Amino acid sequence: MMKWVFGLIIIFSVFCSLFTGNTGNVTNALLEEGVNALELCIYLTGGMCVWGGLMRIAEKSGITDAFSKMFRPIGKRLFHNIDTDSKAFSAITMNIAANLFGLGNAATPLGLKAMRELEKNDGESESASDNMIIFTVLNTASITLIPTTVASLRLKYGAHNPMDILPAVLISSAISLCISLTTAKLLCAKRGKNK
Amino acid sequence: MSITSYIMPITAALILTIGLFKKVDIFDEFIKGARENLKTGIEICPALITLVLTIGIFRQSGALDILTQLISPLCARIGYPAECIALAMIRPISGSGATAVFEDILSNCGAESFASRVAAVMMGSSETTFYTIAVYFSVTKVKRLRHTLFCSLLGDFACFIASFVLVNMLYSINF
Repeated sequence: MMKWVFGLIIIFSVFCSLFTGNTGNVTNALLEEGVNALELCIYLTGGMCVWGGLMRIAEKSGITDAFSKMFRPIGKRLFHNIDTDSKAFSAITMNIAANLFGLGNAATPLGLKAMRELEKNDGESESASDNMIIFTVLNTASITLIPTTVASLRLKYGAHNPMDILPAVLISSAISLCISLTTAKLLCAKRGKNK
Repeated sequence: MSITSYIMPITAALILTIGLFKKVDIFDEFIKGARENLKTGIEICPALITLVLTIGIFRQSGALDILTQLISPLCARIGYPAECIALAMIRPISGSGATAVFEDILSNCGAESFASRVAAVMMGSSETTFYTIAVYFSVTKVKRLRHTLFCSLLGDFACFIASFVLVNMLYSINF
């Protein structure tokens, strides 16, 4: 799947650049984007280390378990056959909590941990498991309660009340989350029946 | 605005306080956690380079602009702001790219304009889909994503429509 996305995007882009006369830019991209990506990675890893440290403390002091308990009723419905005492479930819970509060740096390492643990639980396979799909789809939808970055940018460009978009943001997030999760659930269930 | 600047510091202080109360060696555990994530950071690096390169080429080649221009006439018919189409196209693939387009819209159209509001709602209620999928699956052995991408993009599409409809409904009085 990814090999096609990767290949076709680059081939299509180079093809387009022949017509737009942007071949020079593509050359630059080939030379510089690797460096940009490495910079991004260092930046990201730095943030991940800080929050990874804090989250490990949270885990050791039982904060994670408390969150897991709260999330149990929803989590059991959302994820198929999940053990609510597993490491996977607690990582999922903490990832969702971090996302809700807009702590992106904390959410990423927890999300990666959840993916690893889900793979352990569901068995290694070349195909994504139902729970991995549900979890990733949940993360590609925005569940942030307070859109901090957007609001600060609006403020910078002179909006009087940068947070006045909040109701629309929340409703829009809820709509897109419902649609993507329902579709994911339905498609997972359909495959289960075919088996 | 000011409330949000409290979230991170207070979360950090709270975790440390509870840790001390529960007699956790917070210094040692912090270092262990940091080490764990340093490894994770290195592990996801190659996937990140591949992704950033692909998207860089896609943007720099003008392919994104060509696609945007193809869709524009359709969207103009229903009154969808032309500026927001470029944002809708880049939002799922690049976080920094989307922020740049968003800032363009804010400075060109004004922070209180219709286009800016639609853009802001869109930014606030969607994520960098491709980035999330690529990074999350890079720590697993999965090769076939099944319907992950389809469902995520469907969600993004719903969000782009919803932000337009909602801004029309909720804020049309102000114009």
